[in-house]
Amino acid sequence: MYDIKALYEADSVQDAVRLRLEHPEAQIIAGGSDVLVQMREGKRAGKELISIYMIDALRGVTIDGEENIRIGSLTSFSHITKDPIIRKYINVLGEAVDMVGGPQIRNIGTIGGNTCNGVTSADSASTLHAWEAIVELTGQSGTRRVPIKDFYLSAGKVDIRPDEIQTAILIPKESYENTYGYYFKYAMRNAMDIATTGCSVNCRLSPDKGTFERVRIAYGVAGPVPMRAPRAETAATGQPVSRATVERFALTVLEDIHPRDSWRASKALRQHIAVELADRCLTEAVKRCGGEIDG
Amino acid sequence: MSRNIGKSVARVDAFDKVTGRAKYTDDRCDRGALVARVVRSTIAHGYVKSVDVSQAEKIPGVVKIVTCFDVPDIKFPTAGHPWSVEEAHQDVADRRLLNRHVRYWGDDVAAVVAEDEVAAAQAARAIKVEYETLPFVLDPIEAMQPGAPVLHKEYPDNVLKHTSSRSGDYAAAIQEPGLICVDKWYEVPTVQHCHIENHICFAYGENGRIVVVTSTQIPHIVRRTVGQALGIPWGNVQIIKPYIGGGFGNKQDTLYEPLCAWLSLQVGGRTVKLDIPREDTFVSNRVRHAQKIHIISWVRPDGTYAARKLELYSNQGAYASHGHSIAAKGMGAFPQMYPCPNVECDSYTVYTNRSTAGAMRGYGIPQVMFAFESHTEDVCRRLGMDSLAFRRKNLMPVGYVDSFSKNENYFDTFNQCFDKAIAYMDYERKHREYENQTGPVRKGIGIAPFWYNTAVWPISLEHSSCRMVLNQDGSIQLQVGETEIGQGADTAYAQMAADVIGLKDYTDVHVQSCQDTDVTPFGLGAYASRQTYTAGFSIRQTGLILKDKILEYANEMTRVAKYDLDIVDSQIVRVTDGRVLMPLSQLATEAFYSLTHSVHITAESTYQIKNNAYSFGCCCAEVEVDIPLCKVKVTKIINVHDCGRLINPALAAAQVHGGMSMGIGYALSEQLLFDPKTGRPLNNNLLDYKLSTVMDHPHLEAQFVENYEPTSAFGTKALGEPPACPVAPAIRNAILNATGVEVDQAPMTPHVLYRRFCEEGLIHDSWREEEQ
Repeated sequence: MYDIKALYEADSVQDAVRLRLEHPEAQIIAGGSDVLVQMREGKRAGKELISIYMIDALRGVTIDGEENIRIGSLTSFSHITKDPIIRKYINVLGEAVDMVGGPQIRNIGTIGGNTCNGVTSADSASTLHAWEAIVELTGQSGTRRVPIKDFYLSAGKVDIRPDEIQTAILIPKESYENTYGYYFKYAMRNAMDIATTGCSVNCRLSPDKGTFERVRIAYGVAGPVPMRAPRAETAATGQPVSRATVERFALTVLEDIHPRDSWRASKALRQHIAVELADRCLTEAVKRCGGEIDG
Repeated sequence: MSRNIGKSVARVDAFDKVTGRAKYTDDRCDRGALVARVVRSTIAHGYVKSVDVSQAEKIPGVVKIVTCFDVPDIKFPTAGHPWSVEEAHQDVADRRLLNRHVRYWGDDVAAVVAEDEVAAAQAARAIKVEYETLPFVLDPIEAMQPGAPVLHKEYPDNVLKHTSSRSGDYAAAIQEPGLICVDKWYEVPTVQHCHIENHICFAYGENGRIVVVTSTQIPHIVRRTVGQALGIPWGNVQIIKPYIGGGFGNKQDTLYEPLCAWLSLQVGGRTVKLDIPREDTFVSNRVRHAQKIHIISWVRPDGTYAARKLELYSNQGAYASHGHSIAAKGMGAFPQMYPCPNVECDSYTVYTNRSTAGAMRGYGIPQVMFAFESHTEDVCRRLGMDSLAFRRKNLMPVGYVDSFSKNENYFDTFNQCFDKAIAYMDYERKHREYENQTGPVRKGIGIAPFWYNTAVWPISLEHSSCRMVLNQDGSIQLQVGETEIGQGADTAYAQMAADVIGLKDYTDVHVQSCQDTDVTPFGLGAYASRQTYTAGFSIRQTGLILKDKILEYANEMTRVAKYDLDIVDSQIVRVTDGRVLMPLSQLATEAFYSLTHSVHITAESTYQIKNNAYSFGCCCAEVEVDIPLCKVKVTKIINVHDCGRLINPALAAAQVHGGMSMGIGYALSEQLLFDPKTGRPLNNNLLDYKLSTVMDHPHLEAQFVENYEPTSAFGTKALGEPPACPVAPAIRNAILNATGVEVDQAPMTPHVLYRRFCEEGLIHDSWREEEQ
């Protein structure tokens, strides 16, 4: 039995926007795998809810007119993993969200909920950061687009205005074209866990596979929100595809990330793992690009 | 007589359980029941000065709020031990229904009774408690120091109990020239049982008595403790135990049954349900004792022990529960497992401001096996000796008799189990090959035997009572006090009873699974891996009585002498020529409805057990250690057990699988953490407490050596707890084989391995040194 004050069910995006304006105190609920847990814990007990779960228009993956990959915000993790467009262009995202919780959670949990929750450990978040995803929000005056790094404001807080809901996540063609990536979820067990550190790396190689044309890396749980490691990216971009580059790249992440000590893991272990994951993820990403690393 | 015994027949409750039809405690509760919630202390140690319920009382749906100032001034014991008529052996009574002196974060301060869960939760949050805060202590050795905070004034040094054992002359023996001394500490964590069904009970008044329906392993014991806690005659309490979703020892304790019964009485006997949330189950039920274990071994270069010493510090937490019994059992294994003429043992069970420790699968043995078998490996490394050869040479020999329990090691069980494990794993070849590896990912293999004994005689009372009732169709009802808690006991009982009486099929035995202390014969419940062993005696004895009565009636009907009659496949048979005289069903119907001699054929008897049986075995585990990631993957694992004759091989294997899973979690991931600054539990939920999942396990191989146990009614002995005992040290020794690093604390998490790999130079983070 949940302590819910009221539940308003939206049947379209416009309806959801109207309900948002009518009930400014209400919390948006999609799959509920985070919201209901928090209510049970008493954190959001007694609150009103606006459910957007029945808005089927927000489900599915397509390529839009601008050749963006468009992921409807209510698309479940299990649908993303199995989607042919995702598999073809950004398989790593499907792999990343396949590491969320267990099968039941992946069936009910949505990518919109995962990002709107604003937590640093979300399995989709580091990959979406590393692929420079764009968040689409819809309000009374239409839609606006926000780069994902700006969408995350602070721990647990994202840029959604009082009349808005998140309607899609877009991956631009420039981001996914000729690009392959790898995600490593470092957790204390192999299922039903939250990342101690999540690392997502992708790269684009020169046609001869000898040079890194572009390298991007993002971490979850290296700071209060998911974050890129720009110095590390700079250290690898334009450099030869070699073990030396990979190692320099991996060590440079320490200049970008600032993990902290907590009972969940020490700063020293988090730093050690961050370096190790950067190395392993870039090495795997190179392989997926058809490249080879010496040594 | 083994038409049913020894076969992997389907569980008697399988269909109801997989279809969701089996009724558990909550399924039996009236939907209109009131709901209770406990308000818990938010400090680790102190006194409740006042409780402000004014806001909480205004919440709609709140029926009653009681606090630690309202409860009867009665302290009661909770341990699921048989009561002792000797006062000196009675369990320690050190808690009240709600406590003004709170001794751990999560102690019971007040309780709300409301019309539904939401109102109860809202009211619990609205209650304001004012405390006088006292210093607290979380570590048993610190708690023993002068000046440490005192939890119970009756125990000014916090030592609940200290026991010792001495044999030979340790001080003189260590003077022998040429001895090698191995002196090490080992540490094991606080873990929790994590049974699927949280503790839940509901209570109501009926005919001037109180009825409690509860998820417990020990209904007859809970009847007594509810009576004691409420100060009412024990006969005025009725306990009903439906199917339960696991216990693992947590429910071998009185948990919230007394409070629930008392709350019902506070609202005029209305039904009150107390369903403990998972977070509270972690903190405010029972946990496994964390222990610090110090072992000093003096060993000769030829691999024999000259003298040994054990010091064991067991973290009791806030209340006595099972108390020192756990540490004492662990200590008792030390001189037996590797007999040595000169041994000194001391064990201390110490109160601290943490969650109360009680019984948990293995009852102290998983803790000490981690220390003992890690130590065996460490001794062999110092000696440069093969650890398997060392074990074969030094483990308890055949013919060994323990002077206290009179247990005898009848068989060469250790070596037989080793042989099976070694063959399955290819241990010896791999163990050699895996030494001196290089590279980031290394393989290792490790082995560990374990010591265990069935049941609790001669420490506590052991007996079993059984009732059998013949039905008109020749089937029978069976009742015993040893409870089904998911382990499959009911099925084993049906198989045993069918064979004793001569029934064709175990499904002709209807085991009364839902126990009711008003109806079920007195028995002590499910614990100490004793159900099949203990109930076996009374089932066999009672079955023989019933069979004798049936044959007596058959004699009346057939004029054949009783000694020439038998029951075979549910038929009355003349043994002299094997002729089938009639089906048992015909006899039964006649006995019920005869116009000349009508009789209800039943049998009931108690058997008092004055035996005990060793139950040994081993685990062998292979791992892959990713050194840079500080991660261990168990790639192959086997447990081999000698639990005597198997009643149901499939159910036996299932028991072993469950115990191995628990052992893997104990080795690698599980630990309940407490904040050193506040004493607050940090990870009391199933996300942050890393119970291992099916994704963390390889195939779990279970094999058996079946030496018929000579003291047993059916040749069986303990299997419930033993599988959890040897797994952690086997994995630890595999990590040692892979990396050359001795890890002396469980769980061997990445946090621990990172520290150890840095210390041993396997990980070299140059940038870390630059920082420092």
